[in-house]
Amino acid sequence: MLKLRINGQLRAVTSAPDTPLAYVLRDEFKLKGTKIGCGLEQCGACTVLADDEAVQSCATPAAVFEGRAITTIEGLSQTPEGKRVQQAFVAQRAAQCGYCTAGLVVAVTSLLRTQGAFDRATAQTALRGHLCRCGSHPRVLAAAEAAQKGDG
Amino acid sequence: MSLTVYPFVRDWLRVAQGRLVLRTGKVDIGQRISTALMRIAAEELSLPIDRIDVAPVRTGDSPDEGITSGSNSIQQTGQAQRLACATARGAALLRAAEGFGVDVAALDLAEGLVRHRGSNKQISVLDLLSELADDLKVDPEAPSRALNTALGDAPPRGLRAMVEGTFAYLHDLERPGMLHARIVRPPVLDAVLIDIDPDPLHRAQAAGLQIIRDGSFLAVAGTPEWAVVRGAEKLSAACNWDIGTGLETGDVFEVMAERDAERLTVVNGFPETSLRLPEPIETPDFEATFKRPYTLHGALAPSAALAEFKAGQLEILTHSQGIYPLRDSIADSLAMAPEDVVVEHAPGSGCYGHNAADDVAFETALIARALPDRPVLLKYTRADEHAREPVGPAMAVSVRASLDDEGEVAALWMEARGDTFRGRPRAGPNRAGAARLAANRARDADIPRFVPEPNMNRHAGLHRNLDPIYAFADKRLVKALVPDLPLRSSALRCLGATANILALESMMDSLAGRAGADPISYRQRHLEDRRAAAVLDRLQDMLKRPPFLGEGAGRGIAYAQYKNAMTRVGVAVDLTVQECGAVRLDHVRLAADAGRVVDADGLRAQLEGGVLQGASWALHEEVHWGPSGRETLDWDSYPVLRFDEVPKITIEVIGGGDAPSVGAGEASPPPTVAAIANGIFAATGLRLYRLPLNADAIMTAALQE
Ligand code: FES
Ligand code: FES
Repeated sequence: MLKLRINGQLRAVTSAPDTPLAYVLRDEFKLKGTKIGCGLEQCGACTVLADDEAVQSCATPAAVFEGRAITTIEGLSQTPEGKRVQQAFVAQRAAQCGYCTAGLVVAVTSLLRTQGAFDRATAQTALRGHLCRCGSHPRVLAAAEAAQKGDG
Repeated sequence: MSLTVYPFVRDWLRVAQGRLVLRTGKVDIGQRISTALMRIAAEELSLPIDRIDVAPVRTGDSPDEGITSGSNSIQQTGQAQRLACATARGAALLRAAEGFGVDVAALDLAEGLVRHRGSNKQISVLDLLSELADDLKVDPEAPSRALNTALGDAPPRGLRAMVEGTFAYLHDLERPGMLHARIVRPPVLDAVLIDIDPDPLHRAQAAGLQIIRDGSFLAVAGTPEWAVVRGAEKLSAACNWDIGTGLETGDVFEVMAERDAERLTVVNGFPETSLRLPEPIETPDFEATFKRPYTLHGALAPSAALAEFKAGQLEILTHSQGIYPLRDSIADSLAMAPEDVVVEHAPGSGCYGHNAADDVAFETALIARALPDRPVLLKYTRADEHAREPVGPAMAVSVRASLDDEGEVAALWMEARGDTFRGRPRAGPNRAGAARLAANRARDADIPRFVPEPNMNRHAGLHRNLDPIYAFADKRLVKALVPDLPLRSSALRCLGATANILALESMMDSLAGRAGADPISYRQRHLEDRRAAAVLDRLQDMLKRPPFLGEGAGRGIAYAQYKNAMTRVGVAVDLTVQECGAVRLDHVRLAADAGRVVDADGLRAQLEGGVLQGASWALHEEVHWGPSGRETLDWDSYPVLRFDEVPKITIEVIGGGDAPSVGAGEASPPPTVAAIANGIFAATGLRLYRLPLNADAIMTAALQE
């Protein structure tokens, strides 16, 4: 049986083997912080961490993530970097409807872990795969910058 | 006005379990109306904001305030709420004075307490409010308290939960025994389902999936969610559809130019049936037609709804912008009594107008009715949303202007042409509410086809901002409604203002150039409104530095006041047209006057979000289709603005003093679109007449030069 490490816990997966990770997280484990906006790996709403890498979870079968440490937005809320990024998002008011937000918090946290210091242009390129239809982009970029400086 | 139908203070606020509960018919769709209402109540009643809630918006309980749209929330529900709170404060103070046996003038109200100066008597304002008489009427003259600026830092409602992933969207809800559902999408709305291959059908049923069919409406329900997604895909491959003649193709602007239109003269923002159509200007000094294609709302979350049918009653959770009109349309479609249909709002993602929310709510009801006593959560897929949502109509705006000796506009003829923005389900003749729900075109239900009528309201539909804000002596304005164009259309943020302001501000830009005038002062020469001039002065101050004049760089200016009555916005866009023809936005500066500011950060967020949505429309967005349906079914074929295209944005808001608060949700996109077009002209000398202004359009225009 498939076992996945999700937010630090090894969990047995009973969903059908072709089930994409996002559906396993949301439907089987009730981790609804991971959103589905397209199911086509085109919008970034479903972004989670696989180890420290930001990956889209809506179309790739969960089994592909075996052996990697999956962290969802719920798990990130328990980590210092995650909290720092969330605090920066709150301080910058970096959400309107908020549907894109969890995916962006995950992506910015990954950036922080993998890049250390980065500039605005790097963040803009890194977030290219994330859509926001409400136009919260400038605040997200400001939050990324603030989180990086540690002054969320 | 909301207060004529709901005249009592208790229609707007009540006390429950030691908390103030505000009631509103307007729904929170990311524009933070609930935050604004809580601030208003906190100001008027000197209550800490964390003692205030906003009640669920639900038919039967909430005031019926129609549809949340047109940036009207602050003016309608906000004003009603302010007056209700101010009336309640006055009554509460009187009651306290009586109780203490003192004069009202000797009482202070602060931090939720009424205190008597000179004794230690005090009482909580919530206690006083809970004792207000049921028949206390809102006093339309109740004096408002001064703005309490200390409230400015309260975080918007739900923000913390959004960043932690715990904010519950409709899509995330769970109910005991709940089934997931997906529709099996027909290629076009009017397609007829001829038959379904029996083998895949039986396999789906054997796997425990429920298949719901009503005429040509087809859906799958069951658990787990992924099985339903796959089941609907497989069933879709097994369906044989007859699309009839399919969608009409060809250049929609040519089609609408040739087709009979219902044409009306527009005066002071109102279409007039009794006036003759104005003569076009025979030998204009400036003449052009500006075009905007069909545009998606493209909500980040595909539409969803949750419904349950129990003991003859339907209960529906929806992210629709109009719970009462939707309830009535669903009740009519299903021949149910309106009281037997309860519609409650639950948050979805931002919607930017009338998207598939209402259609999905009805389709969920159809599925739930077929599966009584089981809650059903229907979600559209991304392709369903892109294929079925009612789009913003294609619009063509023609202008002809003649100039006086100074190069100023002496006369302007302008015609806004296109299909309707009024696709929302809303009761009307010929069962117009039911007729506008997509699934009724597929069901075996005898509902007449919807025929749009021109919107006769001030600055509505196609003629929103058709009437120029400029003081031209001779204005000849025409609205031309062309029904039955290929795609079903409805309200998209800003309605006709986007195309009308693009036309008008492109013209002003060209004429300023021709007159050898600076674009800001040329506009000011035509403006009588003092506050408009002040906004443009502020914009001028923000532009102290001249534009960067490198290769392909340019600065575009535009001005608009939404509906000629709401937020005034001046925009300057510095951009670069790159070698490949693609536009890079470098810096957008915006000056605005929105009257009295209730939620300063919310206001800036709305303006900023509008700039980026306008930029996305201007540079990228266009729906494509063929005879057998829409072809832009994902985010690759329908590109939108991305993070790496986001410019620097600088916003300055002119404090409007005591001028009434006006909505800003739709104020910034139209002038942003126009300023981008003008920036491209400044950068390249190319005047573009059709959105989107993408690399293809610019390269094509350059080749034609
Ligand atoms: S939901 Fe996965 S990328 Fe859109
Ligand atoms: S905040 Fe609504 S999509 Fe990003």
